[in-house]
Formats: sequence, C-alpha cells, structure tokens
Amino acid sequence: MPPAGIFGLGRSRGSCVKSLLPILTVIGAILLVWVVAVVPMNMHLTADQAQRDGLVVSPETPAERQVHSGLGLTLKNPALMRLTYNLERPRLPSPHQVGAEMWDTIFAKKITSRRSLVYHGWVTLSATLLGFAIGTTLGILLAVGIVYNKAMDMSVMPWAIASQTIPILALAPMIIVMLGAIGIQGLLPKSIISAYLSFFPVVVGMVKGLRSPDGMKLDLLRTYHASPAQGFWKLRLPASVPYLFASLKIGISASLVGAIVAELPTGARAGFGARMLVGDQYGQPMVTWAALFAAAITAAALVGLFSALERLTLRRMGMAAA
Amino acid sequence: MTVVSTTGLNLTFQTNDGPVHALKDVNLDIAKGDFVSFIGPSGCGKTTFLRCIAGLETPTGGEITVNGMTPDEARRARAYGYVFQAAGLYPWRTIGGNIKLPLEIMGFSKSEQADRVKRVMELVDLAGFEKKFPWQLSGGMQQRASIARALAFDADILLMDEPFGALDEIVRDHLNEQLLQLWARTEKTIGFVTHSIPEAVYLSTKIVVMSPRPGRITDVIDSPLPKERPLDIRDTPEFIEIAHRVRDGLRAGHVDD
Repeated sequence: MPPAGIFGLGRSRGSCVKSLLPILTVIGAILLVWVVAVVPMNMHLTADQAQRDGLVVSPETPAERQVHSGLGLTLKNPALMRLTYNLERPRLPSPHQVGAEMWDTIFAKKITSRRSLVYHGWVTLSATLLGFAIGTTLGILLAVGIVYNKAMDMSVMPWAIASQTIPILALAPMIIVMLGAIGIQGLLPKSIISAYLSFFPVVVGMVKGLRSPDGMKLDLLRTYHASPAQGFWKLRLPASVPYLFASLKIGISASLVGAIVAELPTGARAGFGARMLVGDQYGQPMVTWAALFAAAITAAALVGLFSALERLTLRRMGMAAA
Repeated sequence: MTVVSTTGLNLTFQTNDGPVHALKDVNLDIAKGDFVSFIGPSGCGKTTFLRCIAGLETPTGGEITVNGMTPDEARRARAYGYVFQAAGLYPWRTIGGNIKLPLEIMGFSKSEQADRVKRVMELVDLAGFEKKFPWQLSGGMQQRASIARALAFDADILLMDEPFGALDEIVRDHLNEQLLQLWARTEKTIGFVTHSIPEAVYLSTKIVVMSPRPGRITDVIDSPLPKERPLDIRDTPEFIEIAHRVRDGLRAGHVDD
C-alpha cells in the first residue's frame, strides 16, 4: 500500500487555518526582500531621472555614478529612495506597480482585448490543457505497455528519460518550425511541447502504480483464474489511482511551463510567454512581471484543482478518511 | 474419497546460492471433509506444499492430483478458495465489494452475487458490515471477510495459509472456534498452515508435521478428538497427548540440524 500521505489522510479544517500562518509569513518575508531590493536596483535609473528633472544628485555625472554600487549611491542620495518605487521603466518594479498592472490587465480590460491578461491566459491555458490531455493519455498508454510488454519494459524507459534531458528551450523552436513547415500551426504545436513535458511524470508514476499490488494480491487473482484484462481493471488500475494523481499534479504544472516556453522563442503574439517577451523587448518590466505572476497563480490554481479532485476521488474510493 | 493425493512430490527452487530443496518426497492423501493442518518451523515447506495444491507453484518431480485433476486444471476449475496470511482486501472496495470480487470475475449474475455475499457474510458473522471499507474494520474482522471471500463461490476445498498468524491470541481463539463451526456447517475440506501447536491440534482431524532442509513430512497424526470441540477441550489429557506427539515430531525434525 502506498504511504498514507498519498491518500491525503490527516487533513482537516483545523490544520488548514494553522497552515495559513506559515504561508503568510513566507509571503511577507518575500515581499519585504522585494521592497528592500527595489531601492538599490533602481537607484541609478532614479538618479538619472532626478537629474533630468532638475534635482541635485551626487555624484553629478552618470559616468561617475556608474562607479558606485546601487547601495553606495543610495547612501549618497537618501532623498531619492522614495522615487525608486515609481519609475516608469524600472529595472525592478515595486510590488504595487506589478499589482496595479495586474489589476489593470486582469480586471479593468475587456477579456477580448489584446491587452487583457485573461485573454492571454486563456491562450496559454488552452494549449496547456490540450497538451496535458495528450501527455497524460500518452503517459498512461506507455505505462500500460511497459507493465504488460517485456520488450517495452526493456526499451521505453531509457528513451523517456533521455527525452527529458534535452533542454526544452532548444527543442521547442525546432518542433514549432518543423510543424509549421507541414502546415500545423496555432494551438497544436504548443500543446505538443506541453505534452512532451507532461507525459514523463505520468509514465513514471503510473508504472509504479500499476506495479504496486503485491504478490499476494496477484496470487489471489490467479486462484480465481482471472484473465489479464480482469487483473488490469479490477486490481492494477484502481491500485494506481493515488500514484496517478501525484503524477497529474506534476504534469499539469509542467504542461503550463511547456506552453509558455513554446510561446517564447517563436514570436507568438498571444499568451503568457508572448507577454513576457513583449515586456522584455519593449522595456515594460511591469508587463513581464504581471505575466509571470499570472502564470504562477494559474499553475497554483491548476495544482490546487487536482489536489481537490484527488481528495474527492480517493474519498469516494474509500481510500481516505471521510 | 480422496480430494488431494501426492506421491513422491519434489520441489527444488533454483536460487543464486544454488538449489534449495523446498519439498522432498512428500506422500500424502487428504480425504473429503478432512481438516488437515500443516505444522513445522519456517522453511519446512508447509506454505510451498499448500501453494503446490493450489497450482501456484509447480513441483519439479512426483505426482499430485486435486479432485482427480492436475492442480492447474483444478485451479482453472476454481476448485478451492485460498486465504492468505494477510486479509489482502482491496482498500477501494467495500467489504461487500471485496467478497463480490471472485463472483464478478467468475461471471455470476448480479442477483446471484448479492445473494451469495449476504449468505457468506452471515456465515462469518459480518452481517451489516457490507458497506464498510476495510480500514473501518479490525484485523480479525478483515480476516473473516477474506474467509467469506474464499467461501463465496462454493469451492469444496479451502486452503488457508497461516490466516490468523498476525492476530492476537484472544481473537485467534475466537476465530478458531468460529472456523470449526463453519467447517461443520459447510463440510468443506480444509488445508490449514500454522506454526502454533495448540491451533493445529484444536482444529484438525489430521496433523501433518513437517521439518526443514529438505522440506519433508516427519509425522502424520490422525486426531482421535471428537468433531464437537469446545475451547476447553484443550485441557483434556487426549489433547495434551496429541500436542506432545506433535512437539516430539517437530523436535525430531530438528535433530538433523
């Protein structure tokens, strides 16, 4: 039997509240580091801007200022600190700038607008979900093959592992260009890269899951003279469900990464990846950061969704305490 | 009528440390309705012998028939129910669902399945627990459910491999008593592996004492105890005398070491 943790035992409403405090503490610490880092990161740009606006800055020329570190320059010009948080094109945007950009592009724009993050999110999400479906199906089929076919058992896994050692950043443009050459464009090429990343955890988890029934449970079926198909549907498949969910949670986030990576090197015009690229190329860091955070929130939501699905399923299967 | 018959049965496992002689020249007949216990220290081949009867191991020499067939044919004909050391219930099935498992596999109709589940659950005193999941039951109850599962499809032979080995003494006594009642009611032939002398003597009509390296039979005792056995029969002189003989047989096997 898999360890109890896989079944999600021991969760309760009380522990939910208790786990909130550590989470908030970590978020607070990250925000604090971020807020403090904004000052030295942006100080050179702030000093240049302040000088153009007629303020007195020390040292007086940009070349001289370059000699100083961000921190050194801050100590020389403490009065400029407040201005570092409100640059139009900062090196490191402050939290409230990113927040404002996200609010503006998620809630204040029509979702059909090309400036809406919801629109771009859906573009990436649709590729993610399609790729995840392809990858999961492929992963399960490969795992079944590995468990039931000796030749596949010996041959598939090394290739599956090798496939994951190739940097996806190198592979993505090649796949997209090649598929483009044969007329396949749009959603599918991105989904294939998503599938490429997400099939692997499913294969590994499902092979382990399908092989999890011990000798005694298999012998029991032999005493009933059960067919291999009965062994699969009645024993191996249900036994693999907890393992499948563990894999799906890794797979869905890998899928999202795959879709974003697929958008980056190919000049995609929509999607989280495209927004990150646009922000980078046109010097709009807020756009990049807003897309980054939106992608992270999307990934968290997807994983959360599968966690909930896992708890629900295992409870219904009787493998977790109600 | 002979249900299980072996002559000159041999089984040698090939391991990395060379061949292991698990069974050597085993001759035994089990008659219909017998309750046969196999007792001996670990490594004496008692479980291996039970698995040979079940067709889960293939002997390397000698003859064995089950209901007049080879063990493999008997297995295909679903001649026996097997109870393992652990209950081995599927955690995703209710108790009723677990007992239904062999019935589903063997293709019984839905209504027949429901009838049989109800009947065997009453037989092992688990009525009312049909909808519970295994983790909601105690170890003894789980093992009773696994016995019900083995009884559900009406095989004439019940093979039990140390079914109560993991349970505490009090639960074990209770289950032994219940098992005897069940045996009396169903008139099945039972093969029962154990390493407890009182358990073997209390349950059996025939006690097969085995010893290891190579696994072989050192003594076969036909019990003179009556079929009706309350728990306190264990304090009678007859009982103690048989227990003595079993212990002597076990000790004799160890002289070879």
